[in-house]
Amino acid sequence: MSNRMHLTLKVNGEAVETLAEPRELLIHVLRERLGITGPHIGCETSHCGACTVDMDGKSVKACTIFAAQAQGAEITTIEGIGTPDSLHVLQEMFREHHGLQCGFCTPGMITRAWRLLQETPSPTEEEVRFGMAGNLCRCTGYQNIVKAVLAAANELNTVKEAAE
Amino acid sequence: MKDLPDSEERRANLKGLGCARKRVEDARFTQGKGNYVDDIKLPGMLFGDFVRSPYAHARVKSINAEAALALPGVIAVLTAKDLEPLGLHWMPTLAGDKQMVLADGKVLFQGQEVAFVVATDRYIAADAVELVEVDYEDLPVVVDPFKAQAPDAPVLREDLEGVTEGAHGPRRHHNHIFTWEQGDAAGANAAIDGSEVIAEETIYYHRTHPCPLETCGCVASMDKINGKLTLWGTFQAPHVVRTVASLLSGIDEHNIRVVSPDIGGGFGNKVGVYPGYVCSIVATIVTGKPVKWVEDRMENLMATAFARDYWMKGRIGATKDGRITGLHAHVTADHGAFDACADPTKFPAGFFHICTGSYDIPVAYCAVDGVYTNKAPGGVAYRCSFRVTEAAYFIERMIEILAIKLGMDAAELRRINFIRADQFPYTSALGWEYDSGDYHTAWDKALKAVDYEGLRREQAERVEAFRRGETRKLLGIGLTHFTEIVGAGPVKNCDILGMGMFDSCEIRIHPTGSAIARLGTISQGQGHATTFAQILASETGIPADKITIEEGDTDTAPYGLGTYGSRSTPVAGAATAMAGRKIRAKAQMIAAYLLEVHDDDLEWDVDRFAVKGAPERFKTMAEIAYAAYNQAIPGVEPGLEAVSYYDPPNMTYPFGAYICVMEIDVDTGEHEIRQFYALDDCGTRINPMIIEGQVHGGLTEALAIAMGQEIAYDDMGNVRTGTLMDFFLPTAWETPNYQTDWTETPSPHHPIGAKGVGESPNVGGVPAFSNAVHDAFRAFGLTQTHMPHDHWRIWRTARDLGLHG
Amino acid sequence: MIPARFDYHRPDSVAAAVGLLQQHGDEARVVAGGHSLIPMMKLRMAAPAHLVDLQGIAALRGIEAGDRIRIGAMVTQSEMLAHAGLAEAAPILAEAARQIADPQVRNLGTVGGNVANGDPGNDLPALMLCLDATFTLEGPEGVREVAARGFYEAPYVTAREEEEILTAVGFDRPARGFAYEKQKRKIGDYATAAAAVLIGAEGGRVVSASVAMTNLADVPVFSAAAGEVLLGSDCGEDAVAAAVDAMQGDIDPVEDNRGPVEFKRHVAGVILARAIARAWSRV
Repeated sequence: MSNRMHLTLKVNGEAVETLAEPRELLIHVLRERLGITGPHIGCETSHCGACTVDMDGKSVKACTIFAAQAQGAEITTIEGIGTPDSLHVLQEMFREHHGLQCGFCTPGMITRAWRLLQETPSPTEEEVRFGMAGNLCRCTGYQNIVKAVLAAANELNTVKEAAE
Repeated sequence: MKDLPDSEERRANLKGLGCARKRVEDARFTQGKGNYVDDIKLPGMLFGDFVRSPYAHARVKSINAEAALALPGVIAVLTAKDLEPLGLHWMPTLAGDKQMVLADGKVLFQGQEVAFVVATDRYIAADAVELVEVDYEDLPVVVDPFKAQAPDAPVLREDLEGVTEGAHGPRRHHNHIFTWEQGDAAGANAAIDGSEVIAEETIYYHRTHPCPLETCGCVASMDKINGKLTLWGTFQAPHVVRTVASLLSGIDEHNIRVVSPDIGGGFGNKVGVYPGYVCSIVATIVTGKPVKWVEDRMENLMATAFARDYWMKGRIGATKDGRITGLHAHVTADHGAFDACADPTKFPAGFFHICTGSYDIPVAYCAVDGVYTNKAPGGVAYRCSFRVTEAAYFIERMIEILAIKLGMDAAELRRINFIRADQFPYTSALGWEYDSGDYHTAWDKALKAVDYEGLRREQAERVEAFRRGETRKLLGIGLTHFTEIVGAGPVKNCDILGMGMFDSCEIRIHPTGSAIARLGTISQGQGHATTFAQILASETGIPADKITIEEGDTDTAPYGLGTYGSRSTPVAGAATAMAGRKIRAKAQMIAAYLLEVHDDDLEWDVDRFAVKGAPERFKTMAEIAYAAYNQAIPGVEPGLEAVSYYDPPNMTYPFGAYICVMEIDVDTGEHEIRQFYALDDCGTRINPMIIEGQVHGGLTEALAIAMGQEIAYDDMGNVRTGTLMDFFLPTAWETPNYQTDWTETPSPHHPIGAKGVGESPNVGGVPAFSNAVHDAFRAFGLTQTHMPHDHWRIWRTARDLGLHG
Repeated sequence: MIPARFDYHRPDSVAAAVGLLQQHGDEARVVAGGHSLIPMMKLRMAAPAHLVDLQGIAALRGIEAGDRIRIGAMVTQSEMLAHAGLAEAAPILAEAARQIADPQVRNLGTVGGNVANGDPGNDLPALMLCLDATFTLEGPEGVREVAARGFYEAPYVTAREEEEILTAVGFDRPARGFAYEKQKRKIGDYATAAAAVLIGAEGGRVVSASVAMTNLADVPVFSAAAGEVLLGSDCGEDAVAAAVDAMQGDIDPVEDNRGPVEFKRHVAGVILARAIARAWSRV
């Protein structure tokens, strides 16, 4: 009965292969088949953004993408952003500015912010709020998330200027 | 005093009370290494999924699972018939009622659990759910709690036919659950009737839902070799779940281990015991394999844990100069199909009788009638302490309405009636003993911070400009002064299923001066691992960074009643401080031996005991800890451990003053929050950063509730708000920045004076937002309109007031 | 929310895609960005046995922004929002795209999917009506052009035959005065009411006007009458009121969680008046 397909992806820089039914949702492939449990499932209707990952250079919601559609894609999840020995500035700033509480939205939030700051390296507060509007948080009221993203942008720009 | 800089430095090094310490939890969450229930994967794990009722009220004539069972990968399909021999087709609720685990003959709300499919993965389980054929016969639906009480209303709970005595006294109708009263009815009525001014209004606090970002779920695993059941799940009260699981399943409590892993927000949604947990336990016992059940968002919104749904009829009397003479409240409480409210046993309406609020009201009465309807059960405290937010909304609306009747400024009316600082401890007309407060100071600070008089002038000018046709936007100033009652609670009157509402902390100091502490609570984002370590740091002199806090595993943590109702800091926080003090008492004996002085010759100095008058002779806590393990000290047992079970002598009463400034477009019903000022007094402040974060989050939930979030039903009992398209959770775009402030009035009975804060912003925020909407229309004659204040309802208000020309 | 099983196809040409649709008939559905279809499939309100994914067809991408503007069906709303040529030639597109869903959804949501599936809640169909766009459809019989204004028949029912694929939208460079005004409850919501307005002017008078409305009937609404009454006017109070009145005759909103009919009509009027004012300020 099963019509599993041979799925090839590049996840966090590594080529991975797995068998999956075409109908499996990318979020389930990542979480169940590949053991990448950073991205979460919150609403299942593409409203909350807890499942946000980066696919081929764009932020997407992995709950509304079939495994088959992702065939061949390059995917970055929270697990691919920073390492324990070298955290990404966003990860540091979320902690510094108390931009998280229960932590459930955080992987999607940071993964989205990571792409946002590449798209818009020096955002205004309004641009951060608009650019992060696909990610819901029930705990923080966003104020400290916005603060963390703006602080991270600042920090990244300072580092970039110093390097130039 | 030459050592002062040194002791200050040592104090700073502890990161104890008052320090905006960064959270220790964040490292794993920011790297995607949290461990939530759906992250748990066990070998051979099966997946459970529910067949749910599409009808709000129907008889279940038959269930045919043949086709489902024929699907490869389907292991079992459980129905009430399978659970009945185990006595598990119904389960007791926290409110003294019982609830169907799986539909037993009929269904009573849309989304009710009818059958439980167990399969090898979630895709197959979902396919099988589609294949289960259920034959229903429609029954008349009742979604209105007033119509439910009509003599000829359909009988919803056939299992209770002829039962005239419920868990909370007599039932006077087949859909009536209880009547609960407090206060002096005759006295309140007499006082109000004799008043110069009387205000009367019905205030509806609509049905909503806590909707944490993570839904509810569990993994149940029966180890048949050792006879041990392990249950991981989204439990705000893991120890209570263990006790309930033992009572239900007959498995001895020592053979059940309940673990709450990381929890993706709770807000009251994860207090209850849901059919999914029971079915998963049965399934693992039957199959011998681990079974996971995780509900989806629609199931979460449709079937688990609604909040509020209180129709509150109020009468308040006052002298013509604004002195309140009496308050009368009658509530019709829509409890849905089963009374599964999560309240302490003796309080079927929670602490609603805090409804006299911040005011010195001489006589009051309240009564609550609980009613069954064809809606989901629940009635949880959504980021509040047991019906406190309903009470706060009620009194803060009644005050505004009274101000209108009196033609008085609402800020001034509050000031006239506040309980004065010198009246604490204050016993309210409905029997609570408020521990402490200083409302006038907080209120004056708040009004000054926002330039209240200036705002009122601007508002008056705006009204004139509107009348001249120069603007279509009105300005609302939403005032709230709330008093909470949290920290349930004293064992003498607070219990959950018979378990007293104490809480606990157990501390072990390691030989090299670091420590682990375990508590009976469980964090769902509140940052317990950070803040409880701060309490202990201040009590024991061990730096917070050297203290591990562990919660949620019933095999290791001491018994506690869990985290909800802002009870962690007031109760478990107190237990932590008391356990820390026990450590210190033993440490003092050890230090005395090591320094060869009498216990009484020592004094505590931040992180050490020093000889009085000879501060250079001291032993640090680290040195003392080492000695506790490597020296034979006469009369003192080795080791350095302590445990405290804390039974609070009273609740705590945090309070606050909130002011919301809102622009309202009368044509589209849209609003804009121009300013929100929130002053909180939660007693001693453990971690200002975390307090501020709690306030931001709670205010945003309040914004959602006041301005659009609801669980709405149509006349057929269909849920109209089952996804996050329709169930309003604001994004960063709709959420304003908040301005936070504080005063600090420590609780006199709490060991460190802390009161709890997590829920204050929801309790105080909802009336602040709602009062702003009402206030915008006050000049045009509005006294009361119901939440949620979404676009069309605000527009309707404007239309009804003739503002559309 | 788990979809039913299907077989997946990723053709690399429109012809191959059409071939698959012919082969599988009504058991097949085309998927572009998937953000309308996949939620329906997760709720099992749609359960196609074959899913034909258009992402591998290079011919469906690309934007031409000359005097005639052509946008490939697989161009995403994000791409539309970021395209410098479009921003210059038809800025109303970006103004509308900004108001669709959220960044992640716009990254996958396509122009073709949004206009082709016939969901009255989508924003781009009314925009296409306003622009007087034509849709290019390719099917077994070849290629044909259909006017957007004749495309929408009923909810989810359009002039597209089951075996056809919408490959591109095209329209002439629009008039300078533009606005897409949308009221919604929150980011991610469909419109309570939205209005697309294009106005051309000469010598302080309206010489061309086009008005279309989103989510105010079971199909997107082009209000020819509203445009007509603006012609020759200076978009003053009376003209706007007349346009709003005319538009009211063309919409037919239904009650839902966003509010009752009377409210929607009222808001539609307010939104249209605002859109006209903004468009007029830009002519």
